[in-house]
Amino acid sequence: MIDTLARLVNDDPAIVRWGRRMNEIFMVEVGEQQYLIRVSDGRIDSIEKGPFVQRAWRFAIRAKRECWEKFWQKTPAPGWHDLFALLRRGDVRFEGDQRVLMAYLQYIKLVLAALRKA
Amino acid sequence: MKLESIVGRYVRMEVGGKPHRLYFEEAGQGIALLCLHTAGSDSRQYRAVLNDSSITKSYRVIAFDMPWHGKSSPPAGWQNEDYRLTTAGYTAMIMEFVRSLGLERPVVMGCSIGGRIVLELAFRHARELRALIGLQSGAYVERYYDPAWLDHPEVHGGRACGAVAYGLMSPLAPEADKWETVWHYMQGGPGVFTGDLYFYQVDGDIRGRISEIDTSICPLYLLTGEYDYSASPRDTEAVVARVNGAKFTVMKGLGHFPMSENPEAFLGYLRPLLEEIRRG
Repeated sequence: MIDTLARLVNDDPAIVRWGRRMNEIFMVEVGEQQYLIRVSDGRIDSIEKGPFVQRAWRFAIRAKRECWEKFWQKTPAPGWHDLFALLRRGDVRFEGDQRVLMAYLQYIKLVLAALRKA
Repeated sequence: MKLESIVGRYVRMEVGGKPHRLYFEEAGQGIALLCLHTAGSDSRQYRAVLNDSSITKSYRVIAFDMPWHGKSSPPAGWQNEDYRLTTAGYTAMIMEFVRSLGLERPVVMGCSIGGRIVLELAFRHARELRALIGLQSGAYVERYYDPAWLDHPEVHGGRACGAVAYGLMSPLAPEADKWETVWHYMQGGPGVFTGDLYFYQVDGDIRGRISEIDTSICPLYLLTGEYDYSASPRDTEAVVARVNGAKFTVMKGLGHFPMSENPEAFLGYLRPLLEEIRRG
């Protein structure tokens, strides 16, 4: 499912504009499966599928597969509708450079929620 | 062109012993209904209530910007201190505003931090108030993110605060109202949202006092949007379980900013409640 993310984001200028100063690599973990997402000026350049050996990333967002599936529902249920909703329930973990994550929080939220349109 | 009936004014008054110039908006005539905005935002959140003629025909609706918020500047010397909202300071500010404007036994409605302080008012000032309405009321919320990031020179505060507010709304909220609510957050001054959250997440833990609230003196109504994860329906239920006579309704499809994120849906819940209060 996450493979379609690059197209969903890059085809939506309303999302790209929120990240247009961002040039970073961040990790998304869907259960055991790791992905490295490379962002250039708000566009997703590449999504690599792990496992990885000694790869660098700026921050990581980790949650169980079933949590992401609830988050990615077209109309998610209360408590599953936002990245911070998962955080409040203790169902997502943020690691790495929290400053960069917070600086681009709106963009990250829109990127991850874009899969609801998949 | 349509000229709204909302009028904005400034009042000069003391808050916490310091001179302030507070901005407020009002519309309508009748029973005073004082509206309290959320942390890090301002009175624009109540634009739909102030513009609802079915309410303003029997209520004088008033919403003020707290010091540091909206068009109410911080006090002189602000550059030398951190802004921090406390339970005592917040309570005193509301009652000082009520006295300054000469409001007689107003109804007070507050959301989020306002929904919390309404519980404190119910505990401390019930005899001076006609009724209390708590939107997104909880007695306490544990920290689940670090608000220091919302006031950091290397993170744009407006963008970060906006992104935090965005998530608290319902995915069903109309886009225009949702993004206007975000904009209010983006306009907050540096450290203001974080300073309000000191009350919300630290100083304003009122779990120990709520069982002493007497709703026979002042009725307490609680409305909570189902999509709120900051003050969730479960958090409000915990309040209701300890306050005899509190009337609680879960608002379907609404989030943390009901009056602002989806005004029409919210008014559908508010109007009958205000009618009940008016009839006494």
